[in-house]
Amino acid sequence: MSVLVDDETRVVVQGITGGEGNFHAGQMIEYGTNVVAGAVPGKGGQEVHGVPVYDTVHEAVRREDADASVVFVPPAFAADACFEALDTSLDLVVAITEGIPTQDMAKVNRRLSETDTHLIGPNCPGIITPGEAKLGILPGNIFADGNVGLVSRSGTLTYQVVDNLTSRGIGQTTAIGIGGDPIIGTTFVDALELFEADEETEAVAMCGEIGGEDEEEAAEFIATEMDTPVAAFIAGRTAPPGKRMGHAGAIVSGSGTGTAESKIEALNNAGVPVGDTPEEVADHIEGYL
Amino acid sequence: MKLHEYQAKGIFADTGIPTPDSRLATSVDEAVDAGRDLGYPVAVKAQVHVGGRGKAGGIEIATDEAELRTAADAILGMDLKGYTVDRVLVESAVDFTDELYLGVTMDRGEGEPVVMVSSEGGVDIEEVAEETPEAIAREHVDPAFGLHPYQARKAVYEAGIPGDVARAVSSVLQTLYDLWAANDATETEINPLMVTADGDVVAADAVMNVDDDALFRHANLAEMEEESYTDDLERKAGEYGFDYVRLSGNVGIIGNGAGLVMATLDLVDYYGGEPANFLDIGGGAKAERVANALDMVFADPNVDSVVFNIFGGITRGDEVAQGINDALEQFDEIPKPVVVRLAGTNAAEGMEILNTELVQVEETLEDAVQRAVANAEEVGK
Repeated sequence: MSVLVDDETRVVVQGITGGEGNFHAGQMIEYGTNVVAGAVPGKGGQEVHGVPVYDTVHEAVRREDADASVVFVPPAFAADACFEALDTSLDLVVAITEGIPTQDMAKVNRRLSETDTHLIGPNCPGIITPGEAKLGILPGNIFADGNVGLVSRSGTLTYQVVDNLTSRGIGQTTAIGIGGDPIIGTTFVDALELFEADEETEAVAMCGEIGGEDEEEAAEFIATEMDTPVAAFIAGRTAPPGKRMGHAGAIVSGSGTGTAESKIEALNNAGVPVGDTPEEVADHIEGYL
Repeated sequence: MKLHEYQAKGIFADTGIPTPDSRLATSVDEAVDAGRDLGYPVAVKAQVHVGGRGKAGGIEIATDEAELRTAADAILGMDLKGYTVDRVLVESAVDFTDELYLGVTMDRGEGEPVVMVSSEGGVDIEEVAEETPEAIAREHVDPAFGLHPYQARKAVYEAGIPGDVARAVSSVLQTLYDLWAANDATETEINPLMVTADGDVVAADAVMNVDDDALFRHANLAEMEEESYTDDLERKAGEYGFDYVRLSGNVGIIGNGAGLVMATLDLVDYYGGEPANFLDIGGGAKAERVANALDMVFADPNVDSVVFNIFGGITRGDEVAQGINDALEQFDEIPKPVVVRLAGTNAAEGMEILNTELVQVEETLEDAVQRAVANAEEVGK
């Protein structure tokens, strides 16, 4: 069991002829992901890594029966690529692209609310079900099959925590990088809901960071709706107010919202231990199993 | 990207929002000329990218030429929260009876824009929001349709704006939203929108901040961008294209990915050290970029020790190792001790390349940070 993706997921890669799209499509295929098509306007009829390329996502879905897409399209065109993907009623769209204008994402989010599609990202590393499929740029070799769900706003912090888990023999059902932008498709609450419903996920590790109130909302959800135990890490305790720490969403506003303290307090009040180090998060998870 | 008040006012005025007559001045003489043109009283306002200018002494009212000269002389060249004032806006003072607040921003929790109206303008709106949130009327906007005129009216009436100016205020709010949407703004704000004895409204301040990720489609706004670094190291980081924030400690930190770098900072603090900076080299960095990052951190005189923490996804350990060698082999003596922790993609290849005579190597994040903190204590003695 897993959430959202497995070895039967049929994937179309949007932007497969670009540098990033090409490289990572190859990596995904090597990992065992069932990549069935690429979609790039004007490149229909080509092949990349033995996969047929179509001019439109609609044609790729119609011909190859795809049910998920990964978006590697440059920021100026990425929102359009998301609209195109959402218009084909795919089950899952994973937007890797970093730097999409926020107002574009607000419109994509609005469209998303009218569909049954899950959107992960943008500005995220993607999603992986170890041993079955990865959609995105996560390094497959650090993951192992197991019973822990992982959800994170940051890519490399995901790798760090996964490494802490895998190195002590704790594998993962699915790991989801939800992205560091102000407006994202799948939120912590959405991901936690999926893990709660998954029978094989016995514990969840959650990596949040400063900015916004998603972690506070997650705490509320965990307290009221979840039986599966959760342990967390919150990055940005030492971040000064008003300075953006790399991610577009990672900023403590002048009025004091979005701080690490408020997130840690909310999670602790919901019974979620927050590790001072990634290693401590793994300790808590090990204790749950 | 933040626009200056005078730039935002120019854009607001072009779309028909009433603003006071004003002139930009970069010297006391220019300010005095502006006063003669406009007539007294005038407001002299520092044009810098900081909030709370008024409280910090960056805004003065002058009722005659002598006062204007004194005010302009005091404000030009003054240091406002780390920024030197090099220009002032001289503006006709408005005789007002009421001060209102209008603002548009993105509500990230809802994923939708929100417009805000309050009859308690002229003060720090974040204070109002915290102490009397009911004094601010909010209306969420469906981004597919934009702000409907009825929504602008609804917000204005719910904020208790008097009937005789409600229509004018609604109209300004509508324009303010349209400007927000058309310019990919993150915020547009008027605080205060002044109401005169005649029942007219005038925008006495103007705020417009623009989404950096959208500047590619707003050439006119991109042109207004100017370097606003207060710190030479931050300027250098901007040239290198790094995400860099300078802090006050002595442990230099370099890593890949915002979340992991933040976590490394937090660990330095947790183990009793003080972070000197946040430096994210980004994904897929090549050797040259890695070397530049080390140069950056060595350039900070506060730094006594450096921790290099890489967890490769698209970043390759061999490239990172090469960059570290390149940066360090140019020194006869390594300026500050460097602890390296390499994990993820090609970490093993990287460890083979890495010149371990020049750096200290640790396998885990926790060990690397503790060693760097210990180094900093040793060097800082």
